Amino acid sequence: MARSKSRASSEVNAGSMADIAFLLLIFFLVTTTIASDKGLTITLPPKQDDVDIVDIKIKDRNLFKVAINSADALLVEGERMDDYTQIKDMLVEHILNPNNNPELAESPKDAIVSYKTDRGTSYEIYINVLDQLQGAYYEIYGQKVGLTAEEFRTLDLSNPKDQALYDKGREGIPMAISIAEPSSIGQ
Amino acid sequence: MSKFKKKTSASQDIPTAALPDIIFMLLFFFMVTTVLRETDILVEQDIPKAEQLRKIERKSLVSYLYIGKPKKTEAFGGEAKIQANDVFIEPSGVMLWVAKEKDKLAEVERDKITIALKVDSEAKMGIISDVQQQLREANARKLMYNTRQLTDLQKAGL
Repeated sequence: MARSKSRASSEVNAGSMADIAFLLLIFFLVTTTIASDKGLTITLPPKQDDVDIVDIKIKDRNLFKVAINSADALLVEGERMDDYTQIKDMLVEHILNPNNNPELAESPKDAIVSYKTDRGTSYEIYINVLDQLQGAYYEIYGQKVGLTAEEFRTLDLSNPKDQALYDKGREGIPMAISIAEPSSIGQ
Repeated sequence: MSKFKKKTSASQDIPTAALPDIIFMLLFFFMVTTVLRETDILVEQDIPKAEQLRKIERKSLVSYLYIGKPKKTEAFGGEAKIQANDVFIEPSGVMLWVAKEKDKLAEVERDKITIALKVDSEAKMGIISDVQQQLREANARKLMYNTRQLTDLQKAGL
């Protein structure tokens, strides 16, 4: 009789252990902020003393001009624009120029985007427009290799197969977004 | 008939002894992956959203600059400021900061340093371009504007 009693309580009741662990788990789940290291990447031009200043004449038809003033008003190719989401399609047409329009770029290789802001321009609109400009390029790259823009952007460059696709997509079409130094009117 | 009854009465509850182990495994995973923030952010950080995001290839090569209106406006004023590590710096101090950050990296990797800018939506381009000019001078030309992902749902609501 005594023996059977001791046998019954020999196991530690581990059922509530899960609850304790759950509590800790939930605490860490809530406090964890997964670092969001994502964003728009650009490469700045080298500093001015390093490069010889060469006057390169760029034909006006090759330039795609975007400017934003200190009141966050947008000027695209000489015309006012209120909705910045149209820029992407305009730029795609400008670069590829499928109908050989004499006012758009001669060839994708020659197309250059000139992006100018003012010191008083807000950062948010700057990012939104830059997003549109880069989006146009990724769309073109993606189309070239049969991917969507998103698939192209997320290609894993450490994988040789993906790297080859990436190079093929970018071949001959440099992402020529020139970010001019801002004017200082709005300061 | 009695045969079947015997079988079903063998054991009815699922053994839960292994459950804590599974939960602990999850717990350890989250404990290990959690990175506690080492710097207090002293500026407002309402990061803008964008669509065309790319990931940083190697995190060890990234240094962060935070730009925005100071949280304590009574102490630091309402103008946007640059925060590096734990202190505010002036645009002219960016070059020195970059040099210090580069020193932390191995010699062969110093030119691959990426500067991630975490900028508040309300900041103006003036301060950003000052920083960019300094970064050009300091030869840290890889730049990333940290943004959040713009979802399709939010896009439709625009």
